Amino acid sequence: MHTKTVAQLAVGLQQKDFSSVELTQCLIDRIASLDSVYNAFITLDEQAALAAAAAADIQLANGGSNPLLGIPIAHKDIFCTAGIRTSCGSRMLDNFVPPYDATVIARFKAAGAVMLGKTNMDEFAMGSSNENSYYGPVKNPWDTTLVPGGSSGGSAAAVAALLTPAATGTDTGGSIRQPAAFCSITGLKPTYGRVSRLGMVAFASSLDQAGPLARTAEDCAIILNTMAGHDPLDSTSAEAPAQDYTADLDNSLSGLRIGLPAEFFGDGLDNATAKVVEASLQEFEKLGATLVDVSLPHSKLTIPTYYIVASAEASTNLARYDGVRYGHRCADPKDLDDLYTRTREEGFGDEVKRRILVGTYALSAGYYDAYYKKAQQVRRLIQQDYLDCFEQVDMIAGPTTPGPAFPLGAKKDDPLAMYMEDVYTLAVNLAGLPGISVPAGFVAGKPVGLQLIGQHFGEARLLNAAHRFQQATDWHLQHPAMPEGR
Amino acid sequence: MQWETVIGLEVHLQLATQSKIFSGSATTFGAEPNTQACAVDLAMPGMLPVLNEKAVRFAIMFGLAIGAKIGKRSVFDRKNYFYPDLPKGYQISQFSDPIVGEGKFTIQLTDGSTRKIGITRAHLEEDAGKSLHEDFHDQTGIDLNRAGTPLLEIVTEPDIRTAEEAVTYLKDLHTLVTYLGISDGNMAEGSMRCDVNISLRPMGSDTLGTRAEIKNINSFRFVERAIRYEFNRQADILEDGGTVVQETRLYDAEKDETRSMRSKEVANDYRYFPEPDLLPVVVDDNYIDALREQLPELPRQKRERFTLDYQLSPYDAGVLSATRTMADYYESVATGCGDPKVAANWVQGELLGRLNKHELAIDACPVSPQALSGLIQRILDNSISGKIAKQVFEAMWLGEGSADEVIDAKGLKQVSDSGELENMVDEVIAANAAQVEQYLGADDNKRKKLLGFFVGQIMKLSKGQANPQMVNKLLAQKLAP
Amino acid sequence: MAIEQDEIDKIAKLARIRIDRQQIGEVTQRITEILGMVDQLQAIDTTNVEPMANPLDATARLRTDAVTEVDQRAVFQAIAPAVENNLYLVPKVID
Repeated sequence: MHTKTVAQLAVGLQQKDFSSVELTQCLIDRIASLDSVYNAFITLDEQAALAAAAAADIQLANGGSNPLLGIPIAHKDIFCTAGIRTSCGSRMLDNFVPPYDATVIARFKAAGAVMLGKTNMDEFAMGSSNENSYYGPVKNPWDTTLVPGGSSGGSAAAVAALLTPAATGTDTGGSIRQPAAFCSITGLKPTYGRVSRLGMVAFASSLDQAGPLARTAEDCAIILNTMAGHDPLDSTSAEAPAQDYTADLDNSLSGLRIGLPAEFFGDGLDNATAKVVEASLQEFEKLGATLVDVSLPHSKLTIPTYYIVASAEASTNLARYDGVRYGHRCADPKDLDDLYTRTREEGFGDEVKRRILVGTYALSAGYYDAYYKKAQQVRRLIQQDYLDCFEQVDMIAGPTTPGPAFPLGAKKDDPLAMYMEDVYTLAVNLAGLPGISVPAGFVAGKPVGLQLIGQHFGEARLLNAAHRFQQATDWHLQHPAMPEGR
Repeated sequence: MQWETVIGLEVHLQLATQSKIFSGSATTFGAEPNTQACAVDLAMPGMLPVLNEKAVRFAIMFGLAIGAKIGKRSVFDRKNYFYPDLPKGYQISQFSDPIVGEGKFTIQLTDGSTRKIGITRAHLEEDAGKSLHEDFHDQTGIDLNRAGTPLLEIVTEPDIRTAEEAVTYLKDLHTLVTYLGISDGNMAEGSMRCDVNISLRPMGSDTLGTRAEIKNINSFRFVERAIRYEFNRQADILEDGGTVVQETRLYDAEKDETRSMRSKEVANDYRYFPEPDLLPVVVDDNYIDALREQLPELPRQKRERFTLDYQLSPYDAGVLSATRTMADYYESVATGCGDPKVAANWVQGELLGRLNKHELAIDACPVSPQALSGLIQRILDNSISGKIAKQVFEAMWLGEGSADEVIDAKGLKQVSDSGELENMVDEVIAANAAQVEQYLGADDNKRKKLLGFFVGQIMKLSKGQANPQMVNKLLAQKLAP
Repeated sequence: MAIEQDEIDKIAKLARIRIDRQQIGEVTQRITEILGMVDQLQAIDTTNVEPMANPLDATARLRTDAVTEVDQRAVFQAIAPAVENNLYLVPKVID
């Protein structure tokens, strides 16, 4: 059961090959047995999961047919789940049990999905390796000496280790796509505004977007159908109606024009990774697509632009964590200043503090124009690069990351090197475009991901291209070996 | 040294919307602590603001009423600072692109002269919660009911020169906003709060001196007192050759003094930047034009119309148009009874007198404008005298019915029947022979006074119901044919 | 652009983040590196480029004025660290 995709599981449940309770119990057992190795989960509520599964079974018996009915899904611990601790990977929220569900969570519940647990993540979504979690690092199921990527490292590892058929993640600079690439799974970041941000702990408001991680593009499409849609309680939520993202999956790719930016294949890209990506691009040609050379001239500026925008927004989004109304509070505060500074010192990890400082600096008097305003202007130039490309091509492709997963600890003390990991993914968030990473091969046993970037609200086409690629290749069907004797 | 006072006022006006500016919580005054603070107001993780259309509408109405530029594309900004009554650690406000731009506000002083006060801008923002210090030993308790209430911050140019002008501005502003229905402008309840920026400079100079800001004054009287205190404080400093410190101060009503606010002295870099959770507010000409058409008649227009159409003095017109409800009440009476002047006397005199005595607002008046109109008609058609009318009014106030019902029930109808009156005159003349003698022997002046005695007797006899004009005429005829 | 330690201290105060005296040197260096990386932006000509606050350049949607929330005080205060008499407690603030 645990190797089946969401699509296959839905069929199995409908055909009564197994029940949701059986399926959920199977995964609960796997998690109990294996997760000590990966540390993909922060919180598990087995009783609640089995109760939801039982309820789903009743609905299935009554003819319920929602594609996610009875399907277990793991949720990144950034989504508020009523009655269940939501830590955001941080000591600051270690004791935070929200009394409300994020909109996304409510949608899953309405669809009858089973919440399997809350997955590990870089603290407040700040990180690219899941080494910044209060709950310890997550290990890459393909090689537990390597990072799984971040910040949705727990979700990616859980899917890759077959602990859950699918999971939710969030992506602010690559946090779905990069771990998907490192763990050889499929991860989609939708267009900014496609999925509601209400109840999703905010990191960088104009960049954050929730999306699915699963083993196939088809699964991502099924899950996106449940996640996508306008939310009147999120002012940045797109009003354009959501589509059925599974409808076009099997469309032919004949005539599809895929742009290959020179900047994605230049310096900084590991040779072996480049070869894997180039080979996968040939598959697209076989499927009828045309590859076109393009350029994204402002690519070099994406890292600094992203860091200023994201840190500035984050510095203020995290100002609410002050020990007054919820979350961590220092013991015996002497005065107000002590309450704030000690609570935040104890509650936040080093990377979070660093970004808050950078962000505060970028907005401070005298620096606003040079840093924040400048970054927002360059952001527009970066977006324009993509829009210009889309005059000639339908989507853009390249490696998701400059190289495969790196060893735990290798970049933890070098923030700048860590930031380089996101060089191909950051601009997609700055421009608000959708992007997907699919498994494309291996380099010395380490997974490599191919990224496809689409036009605004072009998820259906992206998923279609990814799906056809997956019908022609089998990278996505491979699973990591399980730990000895399990 | 002659000092000129230079004053600018910042008024924070709570807008009278049902729900808060960024959340669906209620805004009712006086609720139990923290019962009107939802997850958005509490800045819980993942919560997001959604803008209240009515707040936008009210802000634009204000802008139109003062002839200001409307910001067709206004932007919300985060104003960042830490304070326990500010849950997000930032206040959502408007910094560089406010919804209302430059305008002018005309005030009318008691001597009848007018002054144009420049309005720099007015912008929307959210209110903070409340800190309560009293009940706790070394702690402060925070009530977040007020957090998120919509505020319109109205900023004047430093055009105000006296405490009187400042108070007049505030009163006229109060009148305007209540007319528009955008706020109840209740300073005592905190729905209108005033910060005073005040500096001094030598008379004749045109450079601004260093100003002090006195925050959150909540009554007209305190504004006046704070200005007077500050003037003296700053004048003393300057005359001693010192410099005024630019700082924030609080007005202490008990001691009638201002003092420095220590906690806000720490330099605050607000790091304004556009609020990414809210998108720019764009309003088009259609929206603005529709609002302009829906604007009610404004206080000044109404005052002028009352002076013209009803021939009221500027002072009376001012009193009767002080609030929209008052103006509507008066106008209803004036048109109902057909005599605006008499209506004005009655509304300003008897009615307002009673309302003030019982501390009632006009909308709680137990006598409807129709009822008062009816009473005045009975005076005008001579059914009762002005004096008796006051008695009738008292009864109407106590709920005894309409004017006609009371007049009937108490038999107060004025006696105007000449036959009846003649009988009474004859009776009184017969009963007061001595005074008749005096009258006959008196000169014209003395006669006028003595006539009063006879009139008085007849009034007593008729229980005040004899028609005084007719009585006078009959007496004069009968006493000296 | 090199950042001085006292500037870091000022920024830390604004952000209510306390930096250990032991670590201040390292933190300063890290921030300096990051801001150094960011300085590349200065070389770009952005004359007449409108800053981008929202990637879709969308405009605000307005909500009808209506009370949609009910009193959930008990639920919210159940997870609060310090509450008394239904008020959130903080160390005394002196004005």
